[in-house]
Amino acid sequence: MTAPTALDVLADPARGQAGDPVLNSVVFGVFVLITLYVVYRVSSRNSSTADYYAAGGGFTGVQNGIALSGDFLSAASFLGIAGAIAIHGYDGFLYSIGFLVAWLVNLLLIAELVRNTGRFTMGDVLAFRMRQRPVRAAAATSTLVISLFYMLAQMAGAGAVVALLLDVHTKGGQAVVIAVVGLVMIFYVLVGGMKGTTWVQMIKAVVLLLCVVLMTVFLLGKFGFSFSALLDQAAANNTKGEKILDPGVQYGRTPITTLDFISLSLALILGAAGLPHVLMRFYTVPDARQARRSVVWAVGTMSVFYVATLVIGYGASALVGSERILDSTGKENSAAPLLAFEIGGTVLMGVVAAVAFATILAVVAGLTITASASFAHDVYANILRKGKADTAREVRVARLTAVVVGLLAIAGGIMANGQNVAFLVALAFAFAASANLSTLLYSLFWRRFNTSGTLWGMYGGLGSCLLLVFFSPVVSGAPTSIVSGVDFHLFPLSNPGIISIPVSFVCGYLGTVLSREQADPAMAKEMAVRSLTGIGR
Amino acid sequence: MTQVVPRRAATRTRPQSATFGGIDDPSGAPAPDGPDFAAIHDSPEFTALRRRFRRFVFPMTGLFLLWYLAYVLLAAYAADLMSTRLVGSVNLGLVLGLLQFASTITITALYVRWARKRVDPGVAEIRESAGAGR
Repeated sequence: MTAPTALDVLADPARGQAGDPVLNSVVFGVFVLITLYVVYRVSSRNSSTADYYAAGGGFTGVQNGIALSGDFLSAASFLGIAGAIAIHGYDGFLYSIGFLVAWLVNLLLIAELVRNTGRFTMGDVLAFRMRQRPVRAAAATSTLVISLFYMLAQMAGAGAVVALLLDVHTKGGQAVVIAVVGLVMIFYVLVGGMKGTTWVQMIKAVVLLLCVVLMTVFLLGKFGFSFSALLDQAAANNTKGEKILDPGVQYGRTPITTLDFISLSLALILGAAGLPHVLMRFYTVPDARQARRSVVWAVGTMSVFYVATLVIGYGASALVGSERILDSTGKENSAAPLLAFEIGGTVLMGVVAAVAFATILAVVAGLTITASASFAHDVYANILRKGKADTAREVRVARLTAVVVGLLAIAGGIMANGQNVAFLVALAFAFAASANLSTLLYSLFWRRFNTSGTLWGMYGGLGSCLLLVFFSPVVSGAPTSIVSGVDFHLFPLSNPGIISIPVSFVCGYLGTVLSREQADPAMAKEMAVRSLTGIGR
Repeated sequence: MTQVVPRRAATRTRPQSATFGGIDDPSGAPAPDGPDFAAIHDSPEFTALRRRFRRFVFPMTGLFLLWYLAYVLLAAYAADLMSTRLVGSVNLGLVLGLLQFASTITITALYVRWARKRVDPGVAEIRESAGAGR
């Protein structure tokens, strides 16, 4: 039990502020410079659509797998889950499991088939055998909605990280930092296209993984490699005591919170396979086997990562203590950085700070390129120009969209700074699971599925999600709601997944069987052959 | 927008002009517009491949979904059971959670091995006979 002495030594005078802001900025600056150099070097040509959207399909499965985990492990995963475990214990761990198991859906049902059927966007797959314009419009709508929600959550989180790590406490100062982060991100996407963005994600994933593994080994070593001893210490330093080792601290309070947890779990496990920025990554590899290998590598790196966050989360409770974490500027989100300070001083703290920033940067870059691809490819090239746009102009539109989306992200991040937006990530998963997964699966596996079914499924899922959220305690009627003062909440759960996911499956089914339109049998056959064998791509 | 309409009309008539221009085709063949997907689709090789694929991935998906749901429901409604201490302070919930990791990795490994043996050769065969190459 060395922890109490460590705590005594670090009777932090400036409570809540940890580390040296200058050092933190320097380490982050080094990361940005290295990635900018790499992006500049790899992005010799980005003029064709295949280059800009899919890096010419030139990445290996291993590279793409690491980039996938870089894309998927957001700030919410790193800071959020470690913090949730440190404060609420076991219930935080439940998130990690959902995030990981979800990849089996990708592995078994989605990755290879999507890579074989489409070229650049989710709309390519969904519109393959349907009427192009309405289906592409629906796919673009859901891609843009999901990406923007996801992005907003990341950028709003950036404000908290800035406050904690750079010691910038005025809203104006934070806005400047958020804007700088956003501009760097736009630069990555514009100059690097998918290739540069992928490299940023790979570098970030490797640094993040090294960082959490080293912290984990160190933590376990401190407790004589006895996880049980670490758990005991974690319980001793948490105000909730032994209870943090058991499920139910956060979700077990009332039957409603329990149901909310089940709803969230469904959204997590079914959402990952419908996230547009994840789907788009499967186009960066040359064939289905490499797509399969991507998922294998993603599962491998993420297993390591989530086991490490379990140790880090409980370790933060053990060495920092729940009270000090909650007293700090970043609250829950500061658990991992505070722990880093505790075990590695200002240097490790600086590294963790840089990793947290890099995480936000890389994830937002991935979202931006996805949103811009969907707008340029689905809306501009296929809806407005009816598939006859020349590729140079399409890429120009994509770049322009990336700038607009990036600026929106900056503005949104500044406005949402400090708001309770953690639900947005879970919500993006619920949207992805409801609007995209049902239609993708029907499209790939059900021959009769037709245009009207696709539209019903997507809009039914999206619509029911939006409606349920609008009338949920997230928006009104609870202390943490966005709107205070009025209470118009009718739906008790903050995550709509448990209703909206089945709704979208039922809508997709009904829309198909109730319409008189026949699915095109020749196209259905072609899609079946292409998706399984990759012929034609 | 004005230039879009004539362009679209051009695409519409493309198949027709291709038939007329068949004589210009160097091979002289009736210009096979890519592989014959309908024929591949109805071939016994493809039907068998698809059946094999679905027979593996659907039950496997059902299996891991049920196992995950069982875990979630236990965590939600059987907190006491999950709190049973097994080794020191490590309880059943933690062990089951880590088993979810283990099962995810196992299913991944199983699928990769199975696909390499049972899918990839079939795909290569169909691609070859369709002239799509490797």
